[in-house]
Amino acid sequence: MAAHESTCVPKSRFGKWMDVRLPIGRLVHDQLVDFPTPRNLNYLWTFGSILSFFLMLQILTGIVLAMHYQPSAADAFDSVVRIDRDVNFGWLLRPLHAVGASMFFLAVYIHIFRGLYYGSYKAPREILWIIGVLIFVAMMAAAFLGYSLPWGQMSFWAVTVITNLFSSLDDVIPGLGTTVVQWLWGGYSVTGVTLNRFFSLHYLLPFVIVGLVGLHIWALHVVGQNNPTGVDIKTKSDAVTFYPYATSKDAVGIFGFMILFLWFVFFLPDYLGHADNYIPADPLVTPPHIVPEWYFLPYYAILRAIPSKLFGVIAIFSSLGVLLFVPWLDTSLVRSTKYRPFYKWFFWLLVLSCLALGYLGSKPADGAYVIWARVFTAYYFAHFLIVLPLMGLIERPKRVPGSITEDVLGPEGTAGAAATGKKG
Amino acid sequence: MKRLVPTSGFAAIMTAVMLFAGTDPVLAAEEHAPQHVERLDWSFAGVGGQYDRAQLQRGFQVFQQVCTACHGLKYVRFGNLADSGGPQFPLDAVKALAASWPYQITDGPNNEGKMVERLPGLADPIVGPYKNDKEARSVQGGALPPDLSLIVKARGVESHAPWYTHWFWMLADIATAYQEGGADYIYALLTGYEDAPAGAELAEGMYYNAAFPGHQMVMSPPLSKDFFIEYQPDSGATGSLDQNAKDVTAFLAWAADPRLDTRKRLGWQVLLYLLITTLLLYAVKKRIWARVKH
Amino acid sequence: MAIDVVEPDRRDFLTLAAGTFVAVGGAISLWPFIDQMNIDAGAQSLASIEIDIAPVVVGQAITVMWRNKPVFIRHRTKEEIEKALAVDVKDLPDDIARNEGLPASALATDGNRTKPGHENWLIMVGICTHLGCIPKGQTLSDKRGDFDGWFCPCHGSHYDTAGRIRKGPAPRNLEVPIYEFITKTKIKIG
Repeated sequence: MAAHESTCVPKSRFGKWMDVRLPIGRLVHDQLVDFPTPRNLNYLWTFGSILSFFLMLQILTGIVLAMHYQPSAADAFDSVVRIDRDVNFGWLLRPLHAVGASMFFLAVYIHIFRGLYYGSYKAPREILWIIGVLIFVAMMAAAFLGYSLPWGQMSFWAVTVITNLFSSLDDVIPGLGTTVVQWLWGGYSVTGVTLNRFFSLHYLLPFVIVGLVGLHIWALHVVGQNNPTGVDIKTKSDAVTFYPYATSKDAVGIFGFMILFLWFVFFLPDYLGHADNYIPADPLVTPPHIVPEWYFLPYYAILRAIPSKLFGVIAIFSSLGVLLFVPWLDTSLVRSTKYRPFYKWFFWLLVLSCLALGYLGSKPADGAYVIWARVFTAYYFAHFLIVLPLMGLIERPKRVPGSITEDVLGPEGTAGAAATGKKG
Repeated sequence: MKRLVPTSGFAAIMTAVMLFAGTDPVLAAEEHAPQHVERLDWSFAGVGGQYDRAQLQRGFQVFQQVCTACHGLKYVRFGNLADSGGPQFPLDAVKALAASWPYQITDGPNNEGKMVERLPGLADPIVGPYKNDKEARSVQGGALPPDLSLIVKARGVESHAPWYTHWFWMLADIATAYQEGGADYIYALLTGYEDAPAGAELAEGMYYNAAFPGHQMVMSPPLSKDFFIEYQPDSGATGSLDQNAKDVTAFLAWAADPRLDTRKRLGWQVLLYLLITTLLLYAVKKRIWARVKH
Repeated sequence: MAIDVVEPDRRDFLTLAAGTFVAVGGAISLWPFIDQMNIDAGAQSLASIEIDIAPVVVGQAITVMWRNKPVFIRHRTKEEIEKALAVDVKDLPDDIARNEGLPASALATDGNRTKPGHENWLIMVGICTHLGCIPKGQTLSDKRGDFDGWFCPCHGSHYDTAGRIRKGPAPRNLEVPIYEFITKTKIKIG
């Protein structure tokens, strides 16, 4: 696992005894204490820690909520109301979990766009990136399953609509879609049976995510962290140790982000949700305007931008699938967008497209909204399939610094650092 | 510290995504008929707002004398009316209230295997006149008077701001912790009955309401300029349509979110703690990083 | 470059302060996660129950549920009462009344296990004080143990006709809940 030579020297007798049997101490020392971290990381690099924090918080709050939640069509809604009203601190624990899911996505989006901007997916970080995409997909599945649990109107109709996406398989092989959908439902429509299995899977997925995160961090520690210059660590002076440098910065990041998070939890616990979800699920009445949670809105806009059911579904899955190929679609010779004067504009255009798709996803699917959704959907795909490959060939990047140290200290500083050679 | 710039840029943009999504398109009014809902100055609004006990007590009076004709409050127990942070009536008064409630609790089966009707006690829900939705519909000619426990949370107002100001209003709502769309809507609904404007077609048995999506409402006006509840002289307000509507809305807001007072009070303590800790951690981080140029 | 010019005291103080804040905050935020398992407001508000005991004839017993616990209500016979009165409190394994309606030091006399004027009624929570099983003895066909009261089949505790432990591993007499007679034939538990 180590990308650097181990400097761990166990001191105590027990430490030495353990070290030859199960070197946990060595692992922690090498990966979390002594691990070389680029000295020029900005606060965007604290989002990895922020995400780990949220994963743990979601699991912890989820476990305690499951102690009070009842996954049956008759009791689910009431049990959630009881959590809000009667369970000690239930009024706090449920928003922590619900708003926590939103903040988890906010953090993961920042994390993903950071990776895109600084080229963190480029060789040798392809596997790291791909595992990241898989984590993202697993998060989406977990969030969707979890959203069904309160069994309000939005929960029920979200389950109905999203599971029905699979019925588009009927267009491929007649009967296949219906078979798959009924298998997912365990009935002829969404019922308490569906809710029960969704609860089971919702409890399972976080642990799958934990496993994937383990692999993600493993891969990260094999190749090392990228940094704003995109230049690899070459000398000792390029890096600082993980502890205390990265840890102290991560702590600031986590606590800073928690201010935003808890602002919502305490003062706006329902702001990110939908009022309709306080109406118990009613299989006979669809709410006039159903929308997913904010973090799914761009995908929802893509779905609705395409007039064909099958191709709409294909577009949604492609919008995620295309991310898997980003390491090979990007032909640029430099990693960081910092040194790509033209691509920079296209990057921000992609961000704008995603924001716009998010906005359009919350609007009714008609008129100009659909037209604009098509425009931005087109750009989303064009960005990855056309802009990314072509820009690398056309664009002439700015001069990339020779090393991280040179970027931080300037050319003279590098000489000084090489001369003293002690920092890091 | 120049590297803070891209950070905050990113954060701002991602926050904006979130804000876009945060709008509640719940009561999507028909495009042709915008609802008329105004924002009111509620005592429980914003980051520091708390319920006004006297108002909740008046609101309960309106609820009891008007709303209970058709609606129940099944997630609220009689005992909750004595809880702190709510109307906080004296416990004895609540006991007496439960014992004289016009609607009974179905309990049982008893030892003969029969369901029995009994008077509610402190631990029983504040029941309405109907035993279930089907009875309600059959008595109300097909319409269902919803349970009001969660009504304020279950309603909202859609923003009609154009896309170029949308993000600004959302940021403003988040910064001021605006979450009273449901209360604004209920107040607007209670005071929104008016004569149908020329050209508006009203179906048989429907009432025109400026706040209701589609404007045709099956609920007859529960309060009006001529019919409102008079308060006790020491209740802190005089009865009027406007005052009744405000008070009963505040009461229903409490019924939907009884932990609001505690939540906001604790919220400030937690945020203060977070702010101090973040600053301390930042100072520590600066000290540590002062050893290297970065 | 990068020489640590700060006096060490200040940094140590800062680190200590920040560390303390994080640790204390973290410790306090554990409380909601622990407290959520305590009895919730809904269960705490569970009402008292009223029971009509008129149908219970002498020698019979009924079991009712109160706070999800079985409550034994036995209409005792004269012999049963006399038997309970004949016991010297000093000879009992547990000489405390265990009556929630009386001071904790009240002795386990038969009078302290019942209500004055209603000595024919014995009302107790029917949960063995050993490990929580439900003792037998409520129906006529049940085995009632060596003292004609109740017998817990789990580990062999014998209770007498006043619900007092006489033999076996149970440490305490069966608990008498708070109750009152509303009328001669109607009681309110809780």
